[in-house]
Amino acid sequence: MTLAVSDLAVSFGGVTALDGVSFTVRPGSITSIIGPNGAGKTTAFNAITGYLQPTAGRINYDGAALTGLRPSAIARRGVVRTFQRTSVFPSLSVADNVLTGLHLSSTAGFLDVLVRRRWLVLEESSLHTDVEEIIGFVGLGHRRDEMASALPYGEQRLVELALALAARPRVLLLDEPGAGMTGAEKTVVSGLIRQVREQGVTILLVEHDMRMVMGISDTVIVLNHGRVIAEGTPGEIQAHPDVIRAYLGAPRGPA
Amino acid sequence: MDQLLQHLVNGLVLGGTYALLGIGLTLIFGLMNVVNFAHGEFYTLGAYVAFAALTLAGVNFIVGILAAIVAGAALGWLCEVTLLRPLRSESIDTTMLVMIGVWIAMQNGELLVWGGVAKSIPHPFPTAPLVMGPVAIAPLRVIVLILAVGLIASSWLLIHQTKLGRAMRATFQDRDTAALMGVSIGRVHAATFAFGSALASAAGALLGPVFLVYPSMGDLASLKAFSVVILGGLGNLTGATVGGLLLGIAEELGAGYISSGYRDAVGFVIIIMVLLLRPSGLFARQERIG
Amino acid sequence: MTALGRGLLAAAMVTLPFWLADPYYLHVVIMAGIFGVLALSLNLLLGYAGQLSLGHAAFFGIGAYTSALLTLKREWSFWPALAAAIALAAAAGWIIGRLALKLRGAYFVLVTISFAGVISLVSVNWIELTNGPLGLPGVPAPDLGPWSLRTKAAFYYLVLAAVALSYAVCRRLVCSRIGRAFVALRENEPLAESIGVDVTHYLVLAAVVSAAMAGLGGSLYAHYTRFVSPEVFLFTYTVTMVIMVVAGGKGTLAGPLVGAVLFTALPEALRLAASWQWQMLAYGLLLVLLVFFLPRGIVPQIVASFSGHPRSAPTSRTPLQ
Repeated sequence: MTLAVSDLAVSFGGVTALDGVSFTVRPGSITSIIGPNGAGKTTAFNAITGYLQPTAGRINYDGAALTGLRPSAIARRGVVRTFQRTSVFPSLSVADNVLTGLHLSSTAGFLDVLVRRRWLVLEESSLHTDVEEIIGFVGLGHRRDEMASALPYGEQRLVELALALAARPRVLLLDEPGAGMTGAEKTVVSGLIRQVREQGVTILLVEHDMRMVMGISDTVIVLNHGRVIAEGTPGEIQAHPDVIRAYLGAPRGPA
Repeated sequence: MDQLLQHLVNGLVLGGTYALLGIGLTLIFGLMNVVNFAHGEFYTLGAYVAFAALTLAGVNFIVGILAAIVAGAALGWLCEVTLLRPLRSESIDTTMLVMIGVWIAMQNGELLVWGGVAKSIPHPFPTAPLVMGPVAIAPLRVIVLILAVGLIASSWLLIHQTKLGRAMRATFQDRDTAALMGVSIGRVHAATFAFGSALASAAGALLGPVFLVYPSMGDLASLKAFSVVILGGLGNLTGATVGGLLLGIAEELGAGYISSGYRDAVGFVIIIMVLLLRPSGLFARQERIG
Repeated sequence: MTALGRGLLAAAMVTLPFWLADPYYLHVVIMAGIFGVLALSLNLLLGYAGQLSLGHAAFFGIGAYTSALLTLKREWSFWPALAAAIALAAAAGWIIGRLALKLRGAYFVLVTISFAGVISLVSVNWIELTNGPLGLPGVPAPDLGPWSLRTKAAFYYLVLAAVALSYAVCRRLVCSRIGRAFVALRENEPLAESIGVDVTHYLVLAAVVSAAMAGLGGSLYAHYTRFVSPEVFLFTYTVTMVIMVVAGGKGTLAGPLVGAVLFTALPEALRLAASWQWQMLAYGLLLVLLVFFLPRGIVPQIVASFSGHPRSAPTSRTPLQ
């Protein structure tokens, strides 16, 4: 159940984005990756979830290798991510977005669909129940039938979260869940993240908002120039001299 | 060997005009990101305008070509301003559909105006071929090649040496900065589309007298233009020039040594092979205008 | 549409040859049906999976030629030839699907046009196989047991069955996780991957099913007109299909059918007034106008004006009723 990254290196076009990064994400924990801009955080996410081919290194989950797999195969293993820029299915309603997100909850293939046996009808029905549950969880019940792209920014990011949850992750990678959100919205999201962890999901997140990070994380990993420069509890990181130096001294507020 | 030289020479003439088509489209597709399926229709327009000028108005050959260029530029400007500008924020699919509509409308418009019977454009040059060793070439084709080269050279000059050219390059490299520096984005877009279309019309006016003129000649021209652009790399002037010449030569060699029925397939095959094997084109690393 | 409406429509369709016996009108209806199948097939790829393929006439033509050649030259009976036509068209669809994986957008469009262009040139030049530009006359009518489906009324029922089958297949696909996967790919591919949609599998599936259905249309066309020539590969057919889908409403189930009826009936009506060049000219202008004023097509516009508030594009509401 452990996500383990070993000696991960990514370079493109002569630029080394990641230079031998290693860390382990404890199952059931909330781990945050922080670092100044350009430290390689989103690159790490992209490499772990298959959107980028690493130049070197390995990523393992639950003992099996994730390196070299396509993003959809990685999602099937239970490792699901969100994106830094809002990512929803724009012309679908919120409900249809989540229904689409439940793709992995079924295994119906082409012939199954053509023949449409009773079990398929029942399955579709139960998927609709799941949609209501997930929408309720993120608090978007009142927006159920609205087009996703018409929602305000903060609510679109909740749709994103709902989508990721629909994919039934065992490890959830959140790419800047607080970006562009108001203080109130960030509190809501932090609460949701904690609730998700309580359901047994391991959380790995990248974030710039230090208050948010220090507030919810069990472990904080600090990247700078493509390397891990520190790893520990929020308290340890806030006092860590290398970290302070990397940020030029601002342990509170956005980097 | 003699045959080879003859094919090469024919290929150069053809290739010169393909280069014009390609340069025009590489600006429109490569820089403006408009999938201009109507590009071949500007080619046809050029041929018909030249036809009209030479047969109906009785002007001389060069004036006929100029008339075609002007017509292409004017209609291109109009298209950009009325159709493309309002859609600039839409997806590439939308502009593609619009240009397909323009394609159909223009082609059938020409069919209605001129009828489907192929027309022959008269030219003032002697028909007896010039013979240089193993190669025989009609004087018309020599003139076509010279004019094509001249137009290609003018295009290069325009892009690299004039203020408009600099504005174009700036806009397509970084639109916001160019706007901040005072470049009129709207004008640049319209001028680019007009210029690209004018080149297509020029190609049509040049090849019109060599072959026949008929309404559906633009279909293949469009595809060959895309072929040249893909071969040379999007937005790449050198690539389009060399690509056009290569296509012309490849077609002639193919028609001569393999089969003339499949000559048009060369362009298609190039598109498929390049996109599958080396999608950025042969000249990707070279300078791109924008 | 209400259940009553659907019932009435079905009754009308089933009894049609009895109240519309004029062979000319039956002909128009049959052609509308064949194009309905074609439009539905293109809609799967274009409307739902979001891949603009402009080579659709290739699948149509492959279906037509396969069916014609097998019945003419190998004396196969209609039904196995139909199966072969569908299979071969599906194989061509598989190729296009694999190509779509590497290319998107304008590049994919260009490759599909090139593919269709090459096939078209082959049909013109490979005279031993296809008889070249002269075409293949005398394609036999389909047979159902001892009966030959030679009359228009009989063929109408065959086409009706094909339309019903195609519609049913599309509906089942669209209202399932498969249809949702197609739409996901269309809307946001990286996001689709992150929730486990296997791009390869679904793109190829869309292309294969779409092509197979077009092959069905092609076979029906060959056995109805009893003549096949390289003209089946004409870009005009692709354009007509695209207009039917885009005008009717891409990404809806009823849209392509509405488009097919409209753009089969309209030309026939116009034929009395003007030549086909005017018609095609009008199509071109219509396409431009549609993009500006009715970008989602006719059916979504009608649906929206009936329900009053902005809905999401009709996608996968599984009608459990």
